[in-house]
Amino acid sequence: MSSKVSEVIDSAAAIAKGLGVTLKEFFSPTVTEDYPDGPPRFQERYRGVHVLTRDENGLEKCVACFLCAAACPARCIYIEAAENTAELRISGGERYASVYNIDYNRCIFCGYCVEACPTDAITHGHGFEIASFDTSTLIYRKERMLAPLPDGAKLAVAVAE
Amino acid sequence: METVIQHPLFAPLVITAVIIAVFPLLAGYIVLVERKVLADIQVRLGPMRVGPHGILQPIADAVKLLQKEDIIPTEADRALFWLAPVIPAVTALTAFAVLPFSGHVVVTDVNVGLLLIAAMSAVGILGIIIGGWSSNSHYPLLGALRSSAQLVSYEVALSLGLIAGVMSAGSLSMLKIVEAQRERGVWFVFDNYGLMIIPFMVFLIAAIAETNRLPFDLPEAESELVAGFMTEYSGFRWALFFLAEYASIFVIAGAGVTLFWGGWLRPFPSWGWLDIPLNYVFPVALFGVSGLLTLRLAQRLKKYSSARAAFLALVGVGVALVGLVFLIPPVNAAIIGVFWFLTKVGAFIYFMIWIRGTFPRFRYDQLMNIGWKVLIPVAMGGLLLNAIVGMALA
Repeated sequence: MSSKVSEVIDSAAAIAKGLGVTLKEFFSPTVTEDYPDGPPRFQERYRGVHVLTRDENGLEKCVACFLCAAACPARCIYIEAAENTAELRISGGERYASVYNIDYNRCIFCGYCVEACPTDAITHGHGFEIASFDTSTLIYRKERMLAPLPDGAKLAVAVAE
Repeated sequence: METVIQHPLFAPLVITAVIIAVFPLLAGYIVLVERKVLADIQVRLGPMRVGPHGILQPIADAVKLLQKEDIIPTEADRALFWLAPVIPAVTALTAFAVLPFSGHVVVTDVNVGLLLIAAMSAVGILGIIIGGWSSNSHYPLLGALRSSAQLVSYEVALSLGLIAGVMSAGSLSMLKIVEAQRERGVWFVFDNYGLMIIPFMVFLIAAIAETNRLPFDLPEAESELVAGFMTEYSGFRWALFFLAEYASIFVIAGAGVTLFWGGWLRPFPSWGWLDIPLNYVFPVALFGVSGLLTLRLAQRLKKYSSARAAFLALVGVGVALVGLVFLIPPVNAAIIGVFWFLTKVGAFIYFMIWIRGTFPRFRYDQLMNIGWKVLIPVAMGGLLLNAIVGMALA
């Protein structure tokens, strides 16, 4: 008899525990993204549209070494190099990329270019809304991928000029 | 005009028209609530795309279902296939006739009201069985067989649970059952020193089984039987089955509320000083807070879509305004019964959804075990115990 009673109590406790678990989940925040109506959430390492970074003086970090283009398995990076001069200093090194295009028709977002870059110039941003009906718009130019000038950095560029 | 309003058939006809008009919408929104609550339990969002936070989803669903092609399988028994979804829809809506939304908002007071509800829910099963049989297909037939076995088993327990309540009330009339609770000053679920909780639990479990809901949804059993008896149905016929299912959920919740939770009575019906806090403050606070929370959601939505946010804000203001209606004393007196009844039914349905979100489906032998070896003896024991204690009390 007592075992029956304890069985009933145990079962009731188990049911209550199960209901408690779902109640706890009921009040916990959802993990689903509400993307077009809400902000998308990214992991820090998400590989999105590339960002070409600048150094603390506002100069481009890219020195046009072509290592990213060489590492790219999709062959989607096109670079033309030019020399920095005293009058026009674009990057911190000897050369800079006068043309830097990434063809997002081909890019597979593998991240090899980021790994290959010796100056950490090319990085993955979190941009992803690049779908287009016109493939010709998917070739991004350098100007489109460059990070904005940091505050106070305009001065340094102006002095260099 | 005066004679029309005074006519004894006027109020019942108006209430019937309102029920028939409102019910499909209500069923749709019960489905939406179910999807949203299940989503919350599973840490998802649920429907979000049709209207802000999915509040227009039921309307979109209804339009979709009405537009669908009406398919009758070649091998099906056409007449029975046509008849099957009609039966549960008719019986479920018939049961509404005796549900007392409040002391005077009731279509008719039959002296065997509870019996009518039990009978209607039993006859409704016939539609499921006929639907499964007439489809002439494997899964529906299996679903229908399981359904008949399950319902025969749980009908007994359900009735025994109901009888305990009827015994306490001394009547089968839905109005008299609530009046009896008013006289005793306690909801029947807490009556007899709390012993009535046993019949209530039996009723609750049998009611969930009777409405084919998880963990007793063997007739549908999505993962095993596709959609059980509804597999071959589509479009409007399917919608009728669905409507009937949610109608019967509402009816069984209404019967449970009437019998065990005091119907349209507020909590602690005999304590007069609770009149103001429970009949005025509580509804106003409930609707006010709901409205405010809706407005906060709208505020958050504004960044992404101003039209959706405006719509949601409108809904929030509407909900809050409904709360203000309760502040007018004559209106309050007229609708407070309906408010309490619907609040309790809502709580009941929420609980059923919570159960569905928590427990896995029973195996067939477990189902039979629970029904015959546990539920019926417990119901009989509870009935006997309550009879003895009730006699001693009286």
